[in-house]
Amino acid sequence: MILLWLQNLYYPLTAEDPRMAIIEARGLTKRFDGLVAVDHIDLDVEEGEIFGFLGPNGAGKTTTIKMLTTLLKPSEGEAKVCGYDVVKQPDLVRKSIGVVFQEPALDDQLTGRENLDFHARLYGLNRREREERIHEVLKLVGLEDRADELVKNYSGGMRRRLEIARGFIHHPRILFLDEPTLGLDVQTRRAIWSYIIELNKREGITIFLTTHYLEEADKLSNRVAIIDDGKILAVDSPRKLKDMIGSDVITLRCSEPNRLKNILESVSWVRDVKRHEEELSIYVEIGETKIPKIIKIAEENGVRISSITLREPTLEDVYLNFTGKKIREEAKPTIRRPPPRLRRWR
Amino acid sequence: MNSLELQAIYVMWMRQLKRFMRARSRLIANIIQPFFFLAFLGLGLRPIKLPGLTTGMSYLDFLAPGMIAMSIIFASMFAGVSIIWDRQFGFLKEILVAPVSRLSIVIGRTFGGATVSIIQGLTILAISILFGAEINLIGLIPGLFMMLLTAFFAVGLGIALASRMEDPHAFSLIMNLIMMPATFLSTAYFPLESAASWLKALIYVNPLTYIVDGLRGCLTSSFSIPPWIDLTVTIFLCTATMSIGTYLFNRSEA
Repeated sequence: MILLWLQNLYYPLTAEDPRMAIIEARGLTKRFDGLVAVDHIDLDVEEGEIFGFLGPNGAGKTTTIKMLTTLLKPSEGEAKVCGYDVVKQPDLVRKSIGVVFQEPALDDQLTGRENLDFHARLYGLNRREREERIHEVLKLVGLEDRADELVKNYSGGMRRRLEIARGFIHHPRILFLDEPTLGLDVQTRRAIWSYIIELNKREGITIFLTTHYLEEADKLSNRVAIIDDGKILAVDSPRKLKDMIGSDVITLRCSEPNRLKNILESVSWVRDVKRHEEELSIYVEIGETKIPKIIKIAEENGVRISSITLREPTLEDVYLNFTGKKIREEAKPTIRRPPPRLRRWR
Repeated sequence: MNSLELQAIYVMWMRQLKRFMRARSRLIANIIQPFFFLAFLGLGLRPIKLPGLTTGMSYLDFLAPGMIAMSIIFASMFAGVSIIWDRQFGFLKEILVAPVSRLSIVIGRTFGGATVSIIQGLTILAISILFGAEINLIGLIPGLFMMLLTAFFAVGLGIALASRMEDPHAFSLIMNLIMMPATFLSTAYFPLESAASWLKALIYVNPLTYIVDGLRGCLTSSFSIPPWIDLTVTIFLCTATMSIGTYLFNRSEA
Protein backbone atom coordinates (compact mmCIF):
# COMPACT_ATOMS: atom_id res chain seq x y z
CA MET A 1 0.00 0.00 0.00
CA ILE A 2 2.71 2.41 1.00
CA LEU A 3 4.50 1.54 -2.17
CA LEU A 4 1.52 2.42 -4.29
CA TRP A 5 1.02 5.63 -2.43
CA LEU A 6 4.64 6.60 -2.84
CA GLN A 7 4.50 5.77 -6.47
CA ASN A 8 1.49 7.98 -7.00
CA LEU A 9 3.37 10.85 -5.47
CA TYR A 10 5.90 11.12 -8.21
CA TYR A 11 4.17 9.23 -10.92
CA PRO A 12 2.79 12.20 -12.87
CA LEU A 13 6.17 13.91 -12.88
CA THR A 14 7.72 11.78 -15.55
CA ALA A 15 4.79 10.91 -17.72
CA GLU A 16 4.15 14.36 -19.17
CA ASP A 17 7.31 16.14 -18.31
CA PRO A 18 10.09 15.20 -20.69
CA ARG A 19 13.37 16.02 -19.03
CA MET A 20 16.95 15.78 -20.05
CA ALA A 21 18.08 12.33 -21.15
CA ILE A 22 20.64 11.11 -18.64
CA ILE A 23 21.27 7.88 -20.50
CA GLU A 24 21.25 8.01 -24.25
CA ALA A 25 22.05 4.99 -26.39
CA ARG A 26 21.93 4.72 -30.15
CA GLY A 27 22.26 1.42 -31.97
CA LEU A 28 24.06 -0.10 -28.98
CA THR A 29 25.16 -3.63 -29.90
CA LYS A 30 27.26 -6.36 -28.33
CA ARG A 31 28.32 -9.55 -30.03
CA PHE A 32 30.05 -12.48 -28.38
CA ASP A 33 31.63 -14.86 -30.87
CA GLY A 34 28.94 -14.33 -33.46
CA LEU A 35 26.11 -14.38 -30.92
CA VAL A 36 24.26 -11.08 -30.71
CA ALA A 37 23.55 -10.42 -27.04
CA VAL A 38 22.35 -6.84 -27.48
CA ASP A 39 21.01 -5.89 -30.87
CA HIS A 40 21.00 -2.20 -31.90
CA ILE A 41 19.07 -0.82 -28.98
CA ASP A 42 18.13 2.82 -28.50
CA LEU A 43 17.55 4.17 -25.00
CA ASP A 44 16.55 7.51 -23.54
CA VAL A 45 16.40 7.51 -19.80
CA GLU A 46 15.25 10.75 -18.23
CA GLU A 47 16.85 12.32 -15.22
CA GLY A 48 15.11 11.46 -11.97
CA GLU A 49 13.06 8.53 -13.18
CA ILE A 50 13.12 4.88 -12.25
CA PHE A 51 13.63 3.09 -15.50
CA GLY A 52 12.86 -0.61 -15.57
CA PHE A 53 14.53 -2.94 -18.00
CA LEU A 54 12.29 -5.99 -18.16
CA GLY A 55 13.10 -9.24 -19.86
CA PRO A 56 13.82 -12.91 -19.27
CA ASN A 57 17.25 -14.29 -18.40
CA GLY A 58 19.55 -14.12 -21.37
CA ALA A 59 17.66 -11.23 -22.98
CA GLY A 60 20.71 -8.96 -22.84
CA LYS A 61 19.96 -6.93 -19.72
CA THR A 62 23.22 -7.51 -17.89
CA THR A 63 25.25 -7.03 -21.06
CA THR A 64 23.53 -3.68 -21.57
CA ILE A 65 24.33 -2.63 -17.99
CA LYS A 66 27.94 -3.71 -18.42
CA MET A 67 28.25 -1.55 -21.53
CA LEU A 68 26.59 1.45 -19.89
CA THR A 69 28.87 1.11 -16.85
CA THR A 70 32.04 0.86 -19.01
CA LEU A 71 32.83 -2.74 -18.02
CA LEU A 72 32.28 -4.00 -21.56
CA LYS A 73 33.06 -2.27 -24.83
CA PRO A 74 30.15 -2.12 -27.28
CA SER A 75 30.71 -3.90 -30.60
CA GLU A 76 28.73 -1.20 -32.35
CA GLY A 77 26.74 1.93 -31.64
CA GLU A 78 27.28 4.47 -28.89
CA ALA A 79 26.01 5.39 -25.48
CA LYS A 80 26.21 8.49 -23.35
CA VAL A 81 25.76 8.41 -19.62
CA CYS A 82 25.39 11.78 -17.88
CA GLY A 83 26.53 13.29 -21.16
CA TYR A 84 29.79 11.32 -21.25
CA ASP A 85 30.66 8.75 -23.86
CA VAL A 86 31.06 5.31 -22.31
CA VAL A 87 33.96 4.38 -24.59
CA LYS A 88 35.81 7.68 -24.85
CA GLN A 89 35.26 9.05 -21.34
CA PRO A 90 34.96 5.98 -19.12
CA ASP A 91 36.45 7.70 -16.06
CA LEU A 92 33.91 10.52 -16.13
CA VAL A 93 31.11 8.00 -16.56
CA ARG A 94 32.40 5.95 -13.61
CA LYS A 95 32.56 9.00 -11.37
CA SER A 96 28.91 9.80 -11.97
CA ILE A 97 27.38 6.36 -11.56
CA GLY A 98 26.83 3.76 -8.87
CA VAL A 99 26.39 0.10 -9.71
CA VAL A 100 24.89 -2.83 -7.86
CA PHE A 101 25.74 -5.99 -9.73
CA GLN A 102 23.63 -9.06 -10.10
CA GLU A 103 26.10 -11.23 -8.22
CA PRO A 104 27.19 -9.94 -4.85
CA ALA A 105 30.38 -7.87 -5.04
CA LEU A 106 31.29 -7.43 -1.38
CA ASP A 107 34.43 -8.41 0.46
CA ASP A 108 33.04 -10.76 3.07
CA GLN A 109 36.25 -10.67 5.11
CA LEU A 110 35.59 -7.01 5.84
CA THR A 111 32.83 -5.51 7.96
CA GLY A 112 29.90 -3.69 6.42
CA ARG A 113 31.36 -0.36 7.45
CA GLU A 114 34.77 -1.24 6.03
CA ASN A 115 33.20 -2.18 2.70
CA LEU A 116 31.51 1.21 2.60
CA ASP A 117 34.69 2.99 3.64
CA PHE A 118 36.68 1.18 0.97
CA HIS A 119 34.18 2.33 -1.63
CA ALA A 120 33.97 5.90 -0.37
CA ARG A 121 37.73 6.24 -0.55
CA LEU A 122 37.84 4.80 -4.06
CA TYR A 123 35.49 7.60 -5.07
CA GLY A 124 37.57 10.26 -3.39
CA LEU A 125 35.38 11.25 -0.44
CA ASN A 126 37.31 12.98 2.33
CA ARG A 127 37.22 11.86 5.94
CA ARG A 128 34.33 14.08 7.03
CA GLU A 129 32.24 13.21 3.99
CA ARG A 130 32.95 9.54 4.49
CA GLU A 131 31.82 9.53 8.10
CA GLU A 132 28.71 11.51 7.30
CA ARG A 133 27.68 9.52 4.26
CA ILE A 134 28.39 6.11 5.76
CA HIS A 135 26.20 7.01 8.68
CA GLU A 136 23.45 8.29 6.37
CA VAL A 137 23.37 5.36 4.00
CA LEU A 138 23.53 2.78 6.77
CA LYS A 139 20.53 4.45 8.32
CA LEU A 140 18.62 4.51 5.07
CA VAL A 141 19.02 0.77 4.56
CA GLY A 142 18.62 0.00 8.25
CA LEU A 143 22.01 -1.59 8.87
CA GLU A 144 23.43 0.71 11.59
CA ASP A 145 23.35 -2.01 14.23
CA ARG A 146 25.15 -4.59 12.15
CA ALA A 147 27.68 -2.29 10.45
CA ASP A 148 30.67 -3.56 12.39
CA GLU A 149 30.07 -7.23 11.75
CA LEU A 150 31.93 -9.13 9.08
CA VAL A 151 29.91 -9.35 5.89
CA LYS A 152 30.29 -13.14 5.85
CA ASN A 153 27.83 -13.22 8.74
CA TYR A 154 25.23 -11.20 6.81
CA SER A 155 22.11 -12.71 5.29
CA GLY A 156 21.36 -12.40 1.58
CA GLY A 157 18.98 -9.51 2.16
CA MET A 158 21.45 -7.63 4.35
CA ARG A 159 24.15 -8.02 1.72
CA ARG A 160 21.85 -6.59 -0.92
CA ARG A 161 20.96 -3.65 1.31
CA LEU A 162 24.63 -3.01 1.99
CA GLU A 163 25.37 -3.09 -1.72
CA ILE A 164 22.59 -0.66 -2.48
CA ALA A 165 23.87 1.61 0.28
CA ARG A 166 27.34 1.38 -1.17
CA GLY A 167 26.08 2.10 -4.67
CA PHE A 168 24.89 5.60 -3.82
CA ILE A 169 27.33 6.61 -1.10
CA HIS A 170 29.32 8.83 -3.47
CA HIS A 171 26.26 10.77 -4.69
CA PRO A 172 26.03 9.25 -8.15
CA ARG A 173 23.56 10.77 -10.57
CA ILE A 174 22.48 7.32 -11.72
CA LEU A 175 22.28 4.09 -9.82
CA PHE A 176 22.34 0.91 -11.89
CA LEU A 177 20.68 -2.04 -10.22
CA ASP A 178 21.03 -5.38 -11.95
CA GLU A 179 18.30 -7.73 -10.70
CA PRO A 180 18.33 -6.16 -7.23
CA THR A 181 16.01 -8.70 -5.64
CA LEU A 182 17.09 -11.86 -7.41
CA GLY A 183 16.87 -14.83 -5.10
CA LEU A 184 15.44 -12.90 -2.16
CA ASP A 185 12.27 -13.85 -0.31
CA VAL A 186 9.08 -11.86 -0.77
CA GLN A 187 9.39 -9.82 2.41
CA THR A 188 12.99 -8.84 1.78
CA ARG A 189 12.08 -8.01 -1.79
CA ARG A 190 9.41 -5.60 -0.64
CA ALA A 191 11.80 -4.01 1.82
CA ILE A 192 14.37 -3.51 -0.95
CA TRP A 193 11.69 -1.92 -3.11
CA SER A 194 10.87 0.63 -0.51
CA TYR A 195 14.58 1.47 -0.11
CA ILE A 196 14.84 1.99 -3.84
CA ILE A 197 11.81 4.24 -3.96
CA GLU A 198 12.99 6.15 -0.91
CA LEU A 199 16.38 6.64 -2.51
CA ASN A 200 14.93 7.87 -5.75
CA LYS A 201 12.72 10.30 -3.90
CA ARG A 202 15.10 11.51 -1.21
CA GLU A 203 18.33 11.75 -3.17
CA GLY A 204 16.77 12.36 -6.56
CA ILE A 205 18.89 9.66 -8.12
CA THR A 206 17.93 8.29 -11.50
CA ILE A 207 17.57 4.55 -11.20
CA PHE A 208 18.14 2.11 -14.02
CA LEU A 209 17.04 -1.31 -12.95
CA THR A 210 16.88 -4.63 -14.71
CA THR A 211 14.52 -7.32 -13.61
CA HIS A 212 12.67 -10.33 -14.79
CA TYR A 213 10.05 -9.93 -12.07
CA LEU A 214 6.99 -8.33 -13.60
CA GLU A 215 5.69 -7.11 -10.30
CA GLU A 216 8.99 -5.41 -9.58
CA ALA A 217 9.00 -3.59 -12.91
CA ASP A 218 5.37 -2.63 -12.42
CA LYS A 219 5.67 -1.35 -8.84
CA LEU A 220 8.95 0.49 -9.16
CA SER A 221 9.32 1.86 -12.65
CA ASN A 222 8.08 5.11 -14.05
CA ARG A 223 8.84 3.66 -17.43
CA VAL A 224 9.57 0.14 -18.55
CA ALA A 225 11.49 -1.11 -21.55
CA ILE A 226 10.65 -4.64 -22.60
CA ILE A 227 13.65 -6.47 -23.97
CA ASP A 228 13.79 -9.89 -25.55
CA ASP A 229 16.59 -11.52 -27.55
CA GLY A 230 18.65 -8.36 -27.36
CA LYS A 231 15.98 -6.12 -28.85
CA ILE A 232 13.78 -3.53 -27.19
CA LEU A 233 10.17 -4.25 -28.05
CA ALA A 234 8.40 -1.42 -26.25
CA VAL A 235 9.10 1.49 -23.91
CA ASP A 236 6.46 3.28 -21.89
CA SER A 237 4.95 3.67 -18.45
CA PRO A 238 3.48 0.42 -17.07
CA ARG A 239 0.04 2.04 -17.20
CA LYS A 240 0.27 2.95 -20.86
CA LEU A 241 1.76 -0.40 -21.78
CA LYS A 242 -1.19 -2.10 -20.17
CA ASP A 243 -3.66 0.29 -21.80
CA MET A 244 -2.23 -0.66 -25.16
CA ILE A 245 -3.69 -4.12 -24.89
CA GLY A 246 -7.10 -3.04 -23.66
CA SER A 247 -8.72 -2.38 -20.37
CA ASP A 248 -9.57 -5.97 -19.48
CA VAL A 249 -8.31 -9.47 -20.04
CA ILE A 250 -10.58 -12.49 -20.13
CA THR A 251 -8.71 -15.76 -19.77
CA LEU A 252 -10.45 -19.01 -20.44
CA ARG A 253 -9.78 -22.69 -20.82
CA CYS A 254 -11.79 -24.65 -23.32
CA SER A 255 -11.94 -27.81 -25.40
CA GLU A 256 -10.76 -26.40 -28.72
CA PRO A 257 -8.67 -23.33 -28.07
CA ASN A 258 -7.42 -22.92 -31.62
CA ARG A 259 -10.86 -22.97 -33.17
CA LEU A 260 -12.30 -20.59 -30.61
CA LYS A 261 -9.32 -18.30 -31.11
CA ASN A 262 -9.98 -18.11 -34.84
CA ILE A 263 -13.65 -17.40 -34.29
CA LEU A 264 -13.04 -14.71 -31.68
CA GLU A 265 -10.42 -12.97 -33.79
CA SER A 266 -13.09 -12.01 -36.31
CA VAL A 267 -15.35 -10.50 -33.63
CA SER A 268 -15.32 -6.71 -33.82
CA TRP A 269 -15.08 -5.92 -30.08
CA VAL A 270 -12.19 -8.28 -29.48
CA ARG A 271 -8.91 -6.37 -29.65
CA ASP A 272 -6.66 -9.40 -29.64
CA VAL A 273 -6.54 -13.06 -28.70
CA LYS A 274 -3.41 -14.87 -27.59
CA ARG A 275 -3.14 -18.56 -26.99
CA HIS A 276 -0.73 -19.87 -24.47
CA GLU A 277 -0.79 -23.62 -24.07
CA GLU A 278 -4.39 -24.50 -23.21
CA GLU A 279 -5.28 -20.98 -22.19
CA LEU A 280 -6.72 -18.15 -24.27
CA SER A 281 -6.25 -14.52 -23.28
CA ILE A 282 -8.83 -12.23 -24.84
CA TYR A 283 -8.21 -8.49 -24.70
CA VAL A 284 -11.42 -6.42 -24.58
CA GLU A 285 -13.03 -3.29 -23.16
CA ILE A 286 -15.57 -3.52 -20.32
CA GLY A 287 -14.87 -7.19 -19.82
CA GLU A 288 -17.79 -7.99 -17.54
CA THR A 289 -20.26 -7.41 -20.37
CA LYS A 290 -18.25 -9.54 -22.77
CA ILE A 291 -18.12 -12.76 -20.72
CA PRO A 292 -21.74 -13.79 -21.52
CA LYS A 293 -21.18 -12.96 -25.15
CA ILE A 294 -18.06 -15.12 -25.34
CA ILE A 295 -19.80 -17.99 -23.62
CA LYS A 296 -22.63 -17.69 -26.11
CA ILE A 297 -20.27 -17.69 -29.09
CA ALA A 298 -18.51 -20.75 -27.71
CA GLU A 299 -21.75 -22.63 -27.18
CA GLU A 300 -23.01 -21.79 -30.67
CA ASN A 301 -19.83 -23.27 -32.10
CA GLY A 302 -19.83 -26.34 -29.88
CA VAL A 303 -16.73 -25.34 -27.87
CA ARG A 304 -16.92 -26.33 -24.23
CA ILE A 305 -15.51 -23.77 -21.78
CA SER A 306 -14.13 -25.24 -18.58
CA SER A 307 -13.16 -22.02 -16.79
CA ILE A 308 -13.30 -18.29 -17.41
CA THR A 309 -11.90 -15.35 -15.46
CA LEU A 310 -11.78 -11.61 -15.85
CA ARG A 311 -8.90 -9.45 -14.69
CA GLU A 312 -7.03 -6.27 -15.40
CA PRO A 313 -4.07 -6.61 -17.71
CA THR A 314 -0.67 -7.01 -16.08
CA LEU A 315 2.77 -6.51 -17.51
CA GLU A 316 2.72 -10.25 -18.10
CA ASP A 317 0.01 -9.67 -20.71
CA VAL A 318 2.03 -6.89 -22.23
CA TYR A 319 5.00 -9.16 -22.36
CA LEU A 320 2.98 -12.01 -23.83
CA ASN A 321 1.56 -9.62 -26.35
CA PHE A 322 4.96 -8.48 -27.56
CA THR A 323 6.88 -11.72 -27.45
CA GLY A 324 4.22 -14.41 -27.76
CA LYS A 325 5.53 -16.08 -24.62
CA LYS A 326 5.29 -15.78 -20.90
CA ILE A 327 8.24 -14.32 -19.10
CA ARG A 328 8.25 -16.91 -16.36
CA GLU A 329 9.23 -19.60 -18.79
CA GLU A 330 12.58 -17.91 -19.13
CA ALA A 331 12.55 -18.10 -22.92
CA LYS A 332 15.73 -20.08 -23.33
CA PRO A 333 17.24 -22.12 -20.57
CA THR A 334 20.51 -20.37 -19.91
CA ILE A 335 23.35 -22.65 -19.03
CA ARG A 336 25.04 -21.18 -16.04
CA ARG A 337 28.05 -22.68 -14.49
CA PRO A 338 27.51 -22.83 -10.76
CA PRO A 339 30.45 -21.24 -9.02
CA PRO A 340 32.77 -24.05 -8.07
CA ARG A 341 33.16 -24.65 -4.40
CA LEU A 342 36.46 -23.16 -3.65
CA ARG A 343 39.12 -24.22 -1.37
CA ARG A 344 40.52 -21.08 0.08
CA TRP A 345 44.01 -20.99 1.39
CA ARG A 346 43.34 -19.76 4.82
CA MET B 1 49.30 11.00 -10.06
CA ASN B 2 46.38 12.66 -8.28
CA SER B 3 45.17 12.06 -4.76
CA LEU B 4 42.36 9.73 -5.89
CA GLU B 5 44.89 7.32 -7.32
CA LEU B 6 46.96 7.47 -4.14
CA GLN B 7 43.82 6.84 -2.14
CA ALA B 8 43.11 3.81 -4.35
CA ILE B 9 46.59 2.42 -3.74
CA TYR B 10 46.12 2.97 -0.04
CA VAL B 11 42.76 1.20 0.20
CA MET B 12 43.97 -1.76 -1.83
CA TRP B 13 46.96 -2.03 0.48
CA MET B 14 44.87 -1.60 3.61
CA ARG B 15 42.35 -4.18 2.49
CA GLN B 16 45.03 -6.80 2.04
CA LEU B 17 46.50 -6.02 5.44
CA LYS B 18 43.11 -6.31 7.13
CA ARG B 19 42.34 -9.58 5.42
CA PHE B 20 45.76 -10.86 6.42
CA MET B 21 45.28 -9.96 10.06
CA ARG B 22 41.90 -11.66 10.11
CA ALA B 23 42.92 -14.86 8.35
CA ARG B 24 45.08 -16.22 11.16
CA SER B 25 44.75 -19.78 9.96
CA ARG B 26 46.29 -18.77 6.65
CA LEU B 27 49.18 -17.06 8.38
CA ILE B 28 49.83 -20.22 10.37
CA ALA B 29 49.51 -22.41 7.26
CA ASN B 30 52.03 -20.22 5.46
CA ILE B 31 54.53 -20.29 8.26
CA ILE B 32 54.17 -23.90 9.35
CA GLN B 33 55.88 -25.41 6.32
CA PRO B 34 59.11 -23.39 6.46
CA PHE B 35 59.00 -23.82 10.23
CA PHE B 36 59.03 -27.62 9.87
CA PHE B 37 61.78 -27.49 7.29
CA LEU B 38 63.88 -25.34 9.59
CA ALA B 39 63.15 -27.50 12.60
CA PHE B 40 63.54 -30.95 11.03
CA LEU B 41 65.98 -30.36 8.18
CA GLY B 42 67.87 -27.45 9.70
CA LEU B 43 68.27 -28.95 13.15
CA GLY B 44 68.39 -32.55 11.96
CA LEU B 45 71.13 -32.00 9.42
CA ARG B 46 72.93 -29.37 11.45
CA PRO B 47 76.37 -31.06 11.55
CA ILE B 48 76.33 -31.98 7.86
CA LYS B 49 79.25 -30.84 5.73
CA LEU B 50 78.46 -30.00 2.12
CA PRO B 51 80.68 -28.56 -0.58
CA GLY B 52 79.57 -24.97 -0.87
CA LEU B 53 79.05 -24.41 2.84
CA THR B 54 81.80 -22.03 3.86
CA THR B 55 83.73 -22.89 6.99
CA GLY B 56 81.88 -22.10 10.15
CA MET B 57 78.51 -22.14 8.33
CA SER B 58 76.03 -24.69 9.59
CA TYR B 59 73.33 -26.24 7.44
CA LEU B 60 70.76 -24.26 9.42
CA ASP B 61 72.53 -21.02 8.53
CA PHE B 62 72.39 -22.12 4.92
CA LEU B 63 68.77 -23.19 4.96
CA ALA B 64 67.28 -20.16 6.77
CA PRO B 65 67.61 -17.58 3.94
CA GLY B 66 66.23 -20.12 1.49
CA MET B 67 63.15 -20.66 3.65
CA ILE B 68 62.67 -16.89 4.03
CA ALA B 69 62.84 -16.45 0.25
CA MET B 70 60.41 -19.33 -0.30
CA SER B 71 57.86 -18.07 2.17
CA ILE B 72 57.99 -14.60 0.58
CA ILE B 73 57.63 -16.02 -2.93
CA PHE B 74 54.67 -18.18 -2.01
CA ALA B 75 52.86 -15.57 0.03
CA SER B 76 53.37 -12.92 -2.67
CA MET B 77 52.25 -15.18 -5.47
CA PHE B 78 49.18 -15.96 -3.47
CA ALA B 79 48.50 -12.26 -2.96
CA GLY B 80 48.76 -11.67 -6.71
CA VAL B 81 46.68 -14.67 -7.63
CA SER B 82 43.94 -13.69 -5.18
CA ILE B 83 42.56 -11.55 -8.02
CA ILE B 84 40.99 -14.81 -9.17
CA TRP B 85 39.10 -15.09 -5.93
CA ASP B 86 38.05 -11.48 -6.21
CA ARG B 87 36.72 -12.27 -9.64
CA GLN B 88 35.00 -15.42 -8.46
CA PHE B 89 33.36 -13.68 -5.54
CA GLY B 90 32.43 -10.64 -7.58
CA PHE B 91 34.50 -8.08 -5.69
CA LEU B 92 36.70 -7.42 -8.72
CA LYS B 93 33.76 -5.71 -10.46
CA GLU B 94 33.42 -3.28 -7.59
CA ILE B 95 37.07 -2.34 -8.08
CA LEU B 96 36.97 -2.20 -11.87
CA VAL B 97 33.91 0.02 -12.03
CA ALA B 98 35.50 2.60 -9.73
CA PRO B 99 36.96 5.75 -11.31
CA VAL B 100 40.58 4.77 -10.65
CA SER B 101 43.17 3.47 -13.04
CA ARG B 102 44.03 -0.19 -13.16
CA LEU B 103 47.66 0.71 -12.61
CA SER B 104 46.80 2.03 -9.14
CA ILE B 105 44.92 -1.18 -8.42
CA VAL B 106 47.96 -3.23 -9.41
CA ILE B 107 50.31 -1.03 -7.39
CA GLY B 108 48.07 -1.21 -4.32
CA ARG B 109 47.80 -4.95 -4.53
CA THR B 110 51.55 -5.28 -5.04
CA PHE B 111 52.36 -3.18 -1.98
CA GLY B 112 49.76 -5.07 0.02
CA GLY B 113 51.11 -8.44 -1.05
CA ALA B 114 54.70 -7.34 -0.45
CA THR B 115 53.94 -6.03 3.05
CA VAL B 116 52.12 -9.18 4.06
CA SER B 117 54.76 -11.52 2.66
CA ILE B 118 57.67 -9.62 4.15
CA ILE B 119 56.00 -9.82 7.56
CA GLN B 120 55.92 -13.58 7.05
CA GLY B 121 59.53 -13.62 5.85
CA LEU B 122 60.66 -11.72 8.92
CA THR B 123 58.74 -14.15 11.12
CA ILE B 124 60.71 -17.01 9.56
CA LEU B 125 63.89 -15.03 10.10
CA ALA B 126 63.04 -14.62 13.79
CA ILE B 127 62.30 -18.34 14.10
CA SER B 128 65.64 -19.23 12.49
CA ILE B 129 67.49 -16.98 14.89
CA LEU B 130 65.67 -18.67 17.77
CA PHE B 131 66.83 -22.02 16.42
CA GLY B 132 70.38 -20.70 16.49
CA ALA B 133 71.00 -19.67 12.90
CA GLU B 134 73.75 -17.08 12.60
CA ILE B 135 72.42 -14.17 10.61
CA ASN B 136 74.45 -11.15 9.59
CA LEU B 137 72.23 -8.38 10.95
CA ILE B 138 73.97 -5.60 9.00
CA GLY B 139 73.17 -7.60 5.87
CA LEU B 140 69.53 -7.30 6.83
CA ILE B 141 69.37 -3.85 5.22
CA PRO B 142 70.30 -5.00 1.69
CA GLY B 143 68.45 -8.19 2.66
CA LEU B 144 65.18 -6.27 3.11
CA PHE B 145 65.71 -4.68 -0.28
CA MET B 146 66.13 -8.15 -1.81
CA MET B 147 62.97 -9.30 -0.03
CA LEU B 148 61.05 -6.39 -1.47
CA LEU B 149 62.26 -7.17 -5.02
CA THR B 150 61.42 -10.83 -4.46
CA ALA B 151 57.92 -9.93 -3.32
CA PHE B 152 57.35 -7.64 -6.33
CA PHE B 153 58.54 -10.39 -8.65
CA ALA B 154 56.17 -12.96 -7.18
CA VAL B 155 53.14 -10.63 -6.90
CA GLY B 156 53.66 -9.68 -10.54
CA LEU B 157 53.83 -13.33 -11.48
CA GLY B 158 50.65 -14.01 -9.51
CA ILE B 159 48.78 -11.11 -11.14
CA ALA B 160 49.88 -12.25 -14.59
CA LEU B 161 48.69 -15.78 -13.88
CA ALA B 162 45.42 -14.57 -12.39
CA SER B 163 44.67 -12.38 -15.40
CA ARG B 164 44.97 -15.36 -17.71
CA MET B 165 43.29 -17.98 -15.55
CA GLU B 166 39.59 -18.39 -14.98
CA ASP B 167 39.82 -21.39 -12.76
CA PRO B 168 41.33 -21.18 -9.28
CA HIS B 169 42.21 -24.88 -9.45
CA ALA B 170 44.72 -24.21 -12.20
CA PHE B 171 46.68 -22.23 -9.64
CA SER B 172 47.28 -25.16 -7.32
CA LEU B 173 48.35 -27.18 -10.35
CA ILE B 174 50.92 -24.55 -11.26
CA MET B 175 52.09 -24.38 -7.66
CA ASN B 176 52.63 -28.14 -7.49
CA LEU B 177 53.96 -28.74 -10.98
CA ILE B 178 56.16 -25.70 -11.46
CA MET B 179 56.82 -23.94 -8.18
CA MET B 180 57.66 -27.07 -6.17
CA PRO B 181 60.48 -28.29 -8.47
CA ALA B 182 61.60 -24.70 -8.96
CA THR B 183 62.12 -24.27 -5.22
CA PHE B 184 64.11 -27.51 -5.02
CA LEU B 185 66.30 -26.34 -7.88
CA SER B 186 66.83 -22.88 -6.42
CA THR B 187 69.62 -23.75 -3.96
CA ALA B 188 67.17 -23.16 -1.13
CA TYR B 189 67.81 -26.67 0.22
CA PHE B 190 71.29 -27.57 -0.98
CA PRO B 191 74.24 -25.57 -2.27
CA LEU B 192 74.94 -25.13 -5.94
CA GLU B 193 78.42 -26.58 -5.45
CA SER B 194 77.19 -29.93 -4.16
CA ALA B 195 74.79 -30.58 -7.07
CA ALA B 196 75.54 -33.01 -9.91
CA SER B 197 76.64 -31.23 -13.06
CA TRP B 198 73.37 -31.79 -15.00
CA LEU B 199 71.48 -30.42 -12.00
CA LYS B 200 73.76 -27.40 -11.96
CA ALA B 201 72.62 -26.54 -15.47
CA LEU B 202 68.99 -26.59 -14.34
CA ILE B 203 69.81 -24.55 -11.27
CA TYR B 204 71.49 -21.88 -13.38
CA VAL B 205 68.46 -21.68 -15.67
CA ASN B 206 66.08 -21.35 -12.74
CA PRO B 207 65.39 -17.68 -12.01
CA LEU B 208 64.65 -18.40 -8.35
CA THR B 209 68.31 -19.40 -7.88
CA TYR B 210 69.47 -15.80 -8.19
CA ILE B 211 66.85 -14.56 -5.77
CA VAL B 212 67.70 -17.17 -3.15
CA ASP B 213 71.45 -16.73 -3.61
CA GLY B 214 71.15 -12.97 -3.42
CA LEU B 215 69.19 -13.08 -0.19
CA ARG B 216 71.49 -15.69 1.32
CA GLY B 217 74.48 -13.59 0.39
CA CYS B 218 73.01 -10.59 2.21
CA LEU B 219 72.10 -12.53 5.32
CA THR B 220 75.15 -14.81 5.62
CA SER B 221 77.80 -13.08 3.47
CA SER B 222 78.17 -16.27 1.47
CA PHE B 223 77.41 -15.94 -2.25
CA SER B 224 77.67 -18.80 -4.78
CA ILE B 225 77.05 -16.40 -7.65
CA PRO B 226 78.55 -12.89 -7.90
CA PRO B 227 76.20 -10.49 -6.06
CA TRP B 228 75.87 -8.11 -9.00
CA ILE B 229 74.56 -10.96 -11.17
CA ASP B 230 72.02 -11.90 -8.47
CA LEU B 231 70.88 -8.30 -8.22
CA THR B 232 70.70 -7.72 -11.97
CA VAL B 233 68.74 -10.91 -12.59
CA THR B 234 66.36 -10.16 -9.70
CA ILE B 235 65.70 -6.60 -10.87
CA PHE B 236 65.15 -7.89 -14.40
CA LEU B 237 62.71 -10.57 -13.20
CA CYS B 238 60.87 -8.12 -11.04
CA THR B 239 60.45 -5.59 -13.88
CA ALA B 240 59.42 -8.32 -16.30
CA THR B 241 56.68 -9.92 -14.19
CA MET B 242 55.35 -6.56 -12.99
CA SER B 243 55.07 -5.24 -16.55
CA ILE B 244 53.49 -8.41 -17.87
CA GLY B 245 51.16 -8.59 -14.88
CA THR B 246 50.04 -4.97 -15.30
CA TYR B 247 49.62 -5.40 -19.04
CA LEU B 248 47.51 -8.55 -18.72
CA PHE B 249 45.42 -7.15 -15.89
CA ASN B 250 44.71 -4.05 -17.98
CA ARG B 251 43.31 -6.20 -20.73
CA SER B 252 41.31 -8.57 -18.56
CA GLU B 253 37.58 -8.11 -18.22
CA ALA B 254 35.46 -8.49 -15.16
